Amino acid sequence: MMKPGKAFKRLVPLFLGISLLLSACGREDLSALRPQGPVAEGQFGLIKLAISIMIGVMVVVFGIAAYVLIRFRRKPGQNEVPKQVEGSFKLEVLWTAIPLVLVLILAVPTVQKVFAFGEDYSKDKNAVKVNVTSHLFWWEFSYPDYGVTTAQDLIIPTGKKIALQLRTADVLHSFWVPSLAGKTDTNTDGTVNKAWLEASKEGVYLGKCAELCGPSHAFMEFKVKAVSEDSFKKWIEAMKAPAVLPEDPAVAEVFKSQCLTCHAVGDQGGPAAPNLTGIGSRESVASILLNEGASGKPGDRKPVKDNLVEWLEDPQAVKPGNKMPAPKDLGLTDDQIEAIAQYLADYKLSY
Amino acid sequence: MAHAHTVKRHKGLMDWLTTVDHKKIAILYLVAGALFFGIGGIEALLIRVQLAKPMNDFVTAQQFNELITMHGTTMIFLGVMPIIFALMNAVIPLQIGARDVAFPFLNSLGFWTFLFGGLLLNLSWFIGGAPDAGWTSYTPLSSTEYSLTHGVDFYTIGLQIAGLGTLIGGINFLATIITMRAPGMSYMRMPMFTWTSFVTSAMILFAFPAVTVGLVLLTFDRILGANFFNVSAGGNPVLWQHIFWIFGHPEVYILILPAFGMISEVVSTFSRKRLFGYSSMVFATILIAFLGFMVWAHHMFTTGLGPVANALFSIATMLIAVPTGIKIFNWLFTMWGGQIRFTTPNLFAVGFIPTFVMGGVTGVMLASAPADYQYHDTYFVVAHFHYVIVGGLVLGLFAGLHYWWPKMFGRMLSEKLGKLEFWTFIIGFHMTFFVQHFLGLIGMQRRVFTYLPNQGFDLMNLISTIGAFLMGVGVIVFLINIGITAAKPRNASNDPWEDGRTLEWTIPSPPPEYNFKQIPLVRGLDAFWKEKMAGNKEMTPAEPVGSIHMPSPTILPFIMSVGLFIAGLGFMFTSDDFGNSFMNFIFSNYIVTGIGLAITFGSMLVRSLYDDHGWHIEPSELNEKGVKA
Repeated sequence: MMKPGKAFKRLVPLFLGISLLLSACGREDLSALRPQGPVAEGQFGLIKLAISIMIGVMVVVFGIAAYVLIRFRRKPGQNEVPKQVEGSFKLEVLWTAIPLVLVLILAVPTVQKVFAFGEDYSKDKNAVKVNVTSHLFWWEFSYPDYGVTTAQDLIIPTGKKIALQLRTADVLHSFWVPSLAGKTDTNTDGTVNKAWLEASKEGVYLGKCAELCGPSHAFMEFKVKAVSEDSFKKWIEAMKAPAVLPEDPAVAEVFKSQCLTCHAVGDQGGPAAPNLTGIGSRESVASILLNEGASGKPGDRKPVKDNLVEWLEDPQAVKPGNKMPAPKDLGLTDDQIEAIAQYLADYKLSY
Repeated sequence: MAHAHTVKRHKGLMDWLTTVDHKKIAILYLVAGALFFGIGGIEALLIRVQLAKPMNDFVTAQQFNELITMHGTTMIFLGVMPIIFALMNAVIPLQIGARDVAFPFLNSLGFWTFLFGGLLLNLSWFIGGAPDAGWTSYTPLSSTEYSLTHGVDFYTIGLQIAGLGTLIGGINFLATIITMRAPGMSYMRMPMFTWTSFVTSAMILFAFPAVTVGLVLLTFDRILGANFFNVSAGGNPVLWQHIFWIFGHPEVYILILPAFGMISEVVSTFSRKRLFGYSSMVFATILIAFLGFMVWAHHMFTTGLGPVANALFSIATMLIAVPTGIKIFNWLFTMWGGQIRFTTPNLFAVGFIPTFVMGGVTGVMLASAPADYQYHDTYFVVAHFHYVIVGGLVLGLFAGLHYWWPKMFGRMLSEKLGKLEFWTFIIGFHMTFFVQHFLGLIGMQRRVFTYLPNQGFDLMNLISTIGAFLMGVGVIVFLINIGITAAKPRNASNDPWEDGRTLEWTIPSPPPEYNFKQIPLVRGLDAFWKEKMAGNKEMTPAEPVGSIHMPSPTILPFIMSVGLFIAGLGFMFTSDDFGNSFMNFIFSNYIVTGIGLAITFGSMLVRSLYDDHGWHIEPSELNEKGVKA
């Protein structure tokens, strides 16, 4: 038998090798294997530990299997009856005890991490509180401490704990930013969940809905944009500034009467649909039409205005099953759609 | 001799509709299971075609959700379950030296309710749309507010009727194995497949009532306007998740345990050795079944049960690795020192071991709750459960089917084609699902009808799709093999693999209607092998040749199931407007439902009032071999 210390030393290169292999996988802003914050890092650590143990197990089992299958093939003319072995108490104990030990090795950090990630920071003064509300098929983020509500792009300061409170407005969804933290379901009232995440450095991280929620489940994406503390403060200020309405009074009138019944900009409008304040500087339109000039990550990117026009022309074609009435059904003309798209594309926040 | 034929013997179709013979019911289960397996397989291929490239529009988002829901539901409840029941029916009575199951009538009823439940569920494709809320049917997505078609009604009522069949089957096998073992066959002399089927039946007995209750609640919510899962009226959607998984997790072990049994039989036979560590295998099986009921919340780590629950369910789940590991090593050491023959069944069994180990280790990884926050509902999970269910169970079923095919049909499947099946299927399988682990880890969530390009998902999805078609080729080769074999003469011997160890290999292939002319005396584990080693050609009989009591064929189970089918269909459409006052009248006043229930309960009444004592096969007939299977 190998001494435990020696066995551990032999496992180290395996462990390092796997880390290297896995870290090369996937996009930095999307992959659970390339963590960008402490929660995802902790989870990646567990994943690496588990994979290392499991590869060890597989090597042993496959090794024995290969040996047995080669060594004990029935040879031509082999007719004597093999010895009928009942079993072996020692072996049974051995392969009961070793898995138990392996399970224990995995169980200890599992329990530690379960409690670490289950920590409630909603009372922490230094944490930024965000209420996440999921809708078919978009995400609402409100900052109760600042009285600000936005949609689709969650803006957070780096290096701070973000205390999330998650609920749904309709069916169950699940909030997932692979490179920052694992999932938390957004449940109905009565079973509201809490979670936290933190981004170590600035960047835009992709988020997804991970619970089947209807036709456009696949398109229910969002972004987490981590910015410096200063930028974050500036963003909050910009969000709180009074709404900028279209300059052309005719367009402003259409926008108010047709869009602001559900949507909001600044201090005007309603909460039923995504808040549009500063939509011109967001990463995407309707979460899947990626905007040019935003974070510059790969993708089929188009100017914001083109995306807005595409969306407004036929929302169902972009995101099947979504709840937005087609502007054309509301009586908007192509020119009006064009003008509103232009207005929204120009509605940018500087932060 | 006339007195022996007081029973009416049916021919052709009528014979199949009325049979209570476990061997024929096995074939019915197999045919129906294969039909649904084929439907589920086609759904799988359509899913893979849609996902072959980013932003594909081969199917719509709604159609995709219907496809994934029906693929999962069909495969689990209507595909693999009946094929397991086919093998249990074909083999268990023979392995324990019995002439039939304990309740032949119930056996037939179980099959027909399963079939009509399955047909009802699949009828949804033609009437208004298939269920679209996933096979898990989480509320509120499955409530009438968000799932507007009758799809989920077909799901709840179809599964209710099919589940009834499974429950009946489970109870029947429990009773059969407890009461009908041949003299000398103590529990610890039962073949491993009998053991695992026994434990699986017990699990069915405890797990299926949970889903029955859950489906009733959801049906009431949807059709009668109850509020079990309606938050605004005080209901709770998380309740559904608990009920579903309290059934759903044991269901996974209900599926895999019989496969463990099949692998044990096949590995032992083709190594020409007794199963290594038989008693620890039995113990491990029972332990897995027990733990299987203790871990349901690991499907709900992200639901928000809190750290204490997540920690406990993590550890409980990891513990299942221990008895499962015992099984793997015992199989390896069964082969150790043996003389392994690579027949088709053994190829599948040998392929099963590493494949299942891969599914098992990802299972332990998933058990770690904090890491599961990342894996949950991604392609990592899809890869994991396909490794366990396809790489485990389906490979086990292929092993079992090839192994017992000559016993069921009297013909040996082609070994050449069998090997082709194995290699195409297993290579296709690993191509399809191995890459999916990585897809999940790099950020692809499951149940998405498409994905944006440039996320690094494209190549792996294409590989996966190609692999799926290769698996399809494997299955088609299997069907060709069956077709070719069916045209060959029925010439399989009693013990066609030559190294048979258990009682089913002591009787003709296929066995006569009464299985055993004389019930054998069992003198140890692997009863037939023991006699062979003692130099005996056949078993010592435990009884003199005498007249054999047989159950009468009956059409009642079929009629009862038709009644349930009509009642279920009628109940679903009680609040629909058909644009026709007569149709509206008979549906909304529960008249259709009533007619269906009247048929079912009427048949039960007939069954209760009319005593059928069965019939006898006399010794003289046995000798002149006048009775065919």
